[in-house]
Amino acid sequence: MSDEANKGLLSPLRRKLLMGMAALPAITMLPRASFAQAPATSAVNSTGLAVTDTEVTVGILHSATGTMAISETGSIEAEKLAIEQINAMGGVLGRKIKFIQEDGASDWPTFAEKAKKLLVNDKVAAIMGCWTSASRKAVLPVMEQYNGMLYYPTFYEGLEQSKNVIYTGQEATQQILAGLNWIAKEKGAKSFFFIGSDYIWPRTSNKIARKHVENVLKGKVVGEEYYPLGNTQFNSVINKIKLTKPDVIFTDVVGGSNVAFYKQLKAAGIDLSKQALLTISVTEDEIDGIGGENIAGAYACMKYFQSLDNPNNKTFVPAFKKMWGEKTVIGDVTQAAYLGPWLWKLTVEKAGSFDIDKIAAASPGIEFKGAPEGYVRIHENHHLWSKTRVGRAKLDGQFELIYETADLVEPDPFPKGYQ
Amino acid sequence: MFGDYSLGDLGSIFVMQGFAGLILFSVYVLMALGLAIIFGQMGVINMAHGEFMILGAYVTWMTSNFFQSYLPSLFSGYFFLAMILAFFASGALGMLVEWVLIRHLYKRPLDTLLATWGLSLMLQQAYRSVFGAREVGVELPQWMLGSLHVSDSIEVPINGVFVMCLTVLITVAVAYVMYKSRWGRQVRAVVQNRIMAGAVGINTEKVDRYTFGLGCGIAGVAGSAFTMIGSTGPTSGQLYIVDTFLVVVFGGAASLLGTIASAFSISQTQSTLEFFLSGSMAKVLTLLAVVGILMLRPQGLFALKVRK
Repeated sequence: MSDEANKGLLSPLRRKLLMGMAALPAITMLPRASFAQAPATSAVNSTGLAVTDTEVTVGILHSATGTMAISETGSIEAEKLAIEQINAMGGVLGRKIKFIQEDGASDWPTFAEKAKKLLVNDKVAAIMGCWTSASRKAVLPVMEQYNGMLYYPTFYEGLEQSKNVIYTGQEATQQILAGLNWIAKEKGAKSFFFIGSDYIWPRTSNKIARKHVENVLKGKVVGEEYYPLGNTQFNSVINKIKLTKPDVIFTDVVGGSNVAFYKQLKAAGIDLSKQALLTISVTEDEIDGIGGENIAGAYACMKYFQSLDNPNNKTFVPAFKKMWGEKTVIGDVTQAAYLGPWLWKLTVEKAGSFDIDKIAAASPGIEFKGAPEGYVRIHENHHLWSKTRVGRAKLDGQFELIYETADLVEPDPFPKGYQ
Repeated sequence: MFGDYSLGDLGSIFVMQGFAGLILFSVYVLMALGLAIIFGQMGVINMAHGEFMILGAYVTWMTSNFFQSYLPSLFSGYFFLAMILAFFASGALGMLVEWVLIRHLYKRPLDTLLATWGLSLMLQQAYRSVFGAREVGVELPQWMLGSLHVSDSIEVPINGVFVMCLTVLITVAVAYVMYKSRWGRQVRAVVQNRIMAGAVGINTEKVDRYTFGLGCGIAGVAGSAFTMIGSTGPTSGQLYIVDTFLVVVFGGAASLLGTIASAFSISQTQSTLEFFLSGSMAKVLTLLAVVGILMLRPQGLFALKVRK
């Protein structure tokens, strides 16, 4: 259980103490130094951020409209939940978190414009946001120019590192390598067929996967195919898969294409309980659209599954469902988005300041013991140490945890030998 | 690339690949038919075509949920009712849109492009507000899943066969309505000469409204059928719109036969190239071929001779 939760448990007791003291006027005259007192604003905010004696403002910047709303809705929900929970425990440095939500509208220049608005006009102390790499690349120069702090939740292709960004999702090697090792060992897999959507993330991920398969696992890649984003017909490539008979189909198809791919795979008579398939792009969120019956048996390589059995997750999942409805599912990125506000709070408290430079410097080494995925820690390169997990999709749309790495995997955004 | 495989393997793969091409062909025809009617017969560039399809998909989803909760014993047959409902829902919305928006723009065909594009954005946001931003999963009855086992290596997807049959059925129905029925004759008369058609007593406004409704209704059925092979979300309609226009324009507006011929040639080229090259490359080459042919034949494969 986290320190924060302990504080939360203590607070009723503290309230009783205060009431008791109110009944004794003489004692209330005593100095109250033993109780946490919010430090003066001037001491914690030397750069003119939106911090008052009672409130601090952060920004939430995701697509609530447009194509990406499908994916980003979960992140928005998770961040709001985290902020509400932090406020219920007394906020950050004695200040309640207030958030301003902006809509990136699935349009990258809009993301940049809204980020600038949040930093320049609203002077937010941090931004929780972005989802696609394209939106992050658009926002990055703004964050660096106006010195903001971005907590970015999505697993992504790596090859980036910034003082002004904390990456709470996995970079490519963290997500892929352990999963490939596992499937090579467990299934004796030697031949792999790669299929992905045609843009930077699948291409970079597959490049890393290919190097790993060929150089480390001494296996063979028998096919590597890319389809345009939004493609809805996969019958030809499915025939090629049938012809080449790979031990493992390795996929990073995204968006609406995902649904078409798995439906057609099933219709073509490929039984995922016999044919191993490892995906790095399907979370519980995507299965909602794909349908559990179409993907049951597939393996997904993530760091979080809703079904994880640990005390943190057992309080997180009901809290999430209570706030956003019984039917909502929680995918890997949603959990990573939930970490953003918490990591920021812990960092601010360690730095004793809201100043961006102090937060950037204090971030490495920050530990969050209350993470639903288990313990996480921020690395010097501003990515997270986290475990890699493999789950098997079930009919009900949930994953069953099959494997997890024994130790936290070190983030390595610029992997040597994989470029 | 075929050196390593046995003759039997190759034979069955070619059979399967043939089916893949035919399925793609059926999908293209199904999504283009509605647009071919609207664009071909009325000259309206309907950018919201995909959204009418998705309305059909959402109707299917709702029907599926309804049957699961209230009539689970009849669930295996719900899809047929869903398609009929989808036709009427999309058709009704189409007629409403024609009445509110399109009929004011017949003299300004290029403006319909902007107006219907705006309409598509509005519909997307409406779906998002009503059904949520996330994709929904349409559950299918058991018999529609999986494949027909022909031999050890040849398996025919049931949903593909279903789409093929549906496409044939709808194409025949549309051809009959357009070329054999009294109403179809009126539609063609209006297309050829609106003023004269009006002069001989055809209610051109009514013909326009029903034509637009029919086109949208067919889009709804297509959307309903595509829940078997694709995704259902607020923006899923966008996945189909480019291919749809490609088929209609390449085939030559105002020609049903052209639409079918164009769907056939594009789908066969695409699926053959996909097999020998990669997916993205196949798309590039197909588009290049289409652009090339359209430069030589701007009117498309088949063009109706109209006195202007």
